[in-house]
Amino acid sequence: MLIELTDLPIDVAAVLQAMQADGAGAVNTFIGTVRNQSTGRRVMRLHYEAYDAMALHQLRRVAEQAQERWPMLQKVAVVHRKGTLAIGDIAVVVAVATPHRAESFAACQFIIDTLKQVVPIWKKEEYEDGTVWVAAHP
Amino acid sequence: MNLTIALFGIAREIVGQSQLQLALPTGTSVQQLLRQLQEQYPGLTQLSSLAVARNNEYAQGEELLQERDEIALIPPVSGG
Repeated sequence: MLIELTDLPIDVAAVLQAMQADGAGAVNTFIGTVRNQSTGRRVMRLHYEAYDAMALHQLRRVAEQAQERWPMLQKVAVVHRKGTLAIGDIAVVVAVATPHRAESFAACQFIIDTLKQVVPIWKKEEYEDGTVWVAAHP
Repeated sequence: MNLTIALFGIAREIVGQSQLQLALPTGTSVQQLLRQLQEQYPGLTQLSSLAVARNNEYAQGEELLQERDEIALIPPVSGG
């Protein structure tokens, strides 16, 4: 299990390397990147902040939940960026290795969906004329 | 009991600092802590949600806080 928060650009090749497993016939990867607009406003950059200790703990838990739901899961990795990211930068990489493709898609989606709901990481969008913490207000 | 509360994201900006030191009566619950902070910093009531983390887990409102707990306010998360 590879679980990491990092201030440095995510090395996708290294994450894929960690998915190497003889019993795996499928490696599924989700890569979240920084988009140039949000609800019609032009985004200049994103600022990510994490409660490191809890975020790592919760990320491990999400990966463990995936392993319980898909016991055939061979490898799992979640790496999330922190700090200031430019348009096109990689914010998060989720990767799973499983014997067959169906469970690789399902497990990968479960991990990124659950991450977005429970892991204490926050992003602030910076526009030409201000900033907004995403999802903070109704 | 003395508690240190770590603040992140918009909660840190609303309070204006990254940590709060509070002296609270023994037996204060998570819910009571939240209510006190929301009274003191009304901006916190405007958020879509506001959770309390206790030792890296989301805490339930009725849980009682202990002096050595690691406490944090968790505004709406937006990772990914």
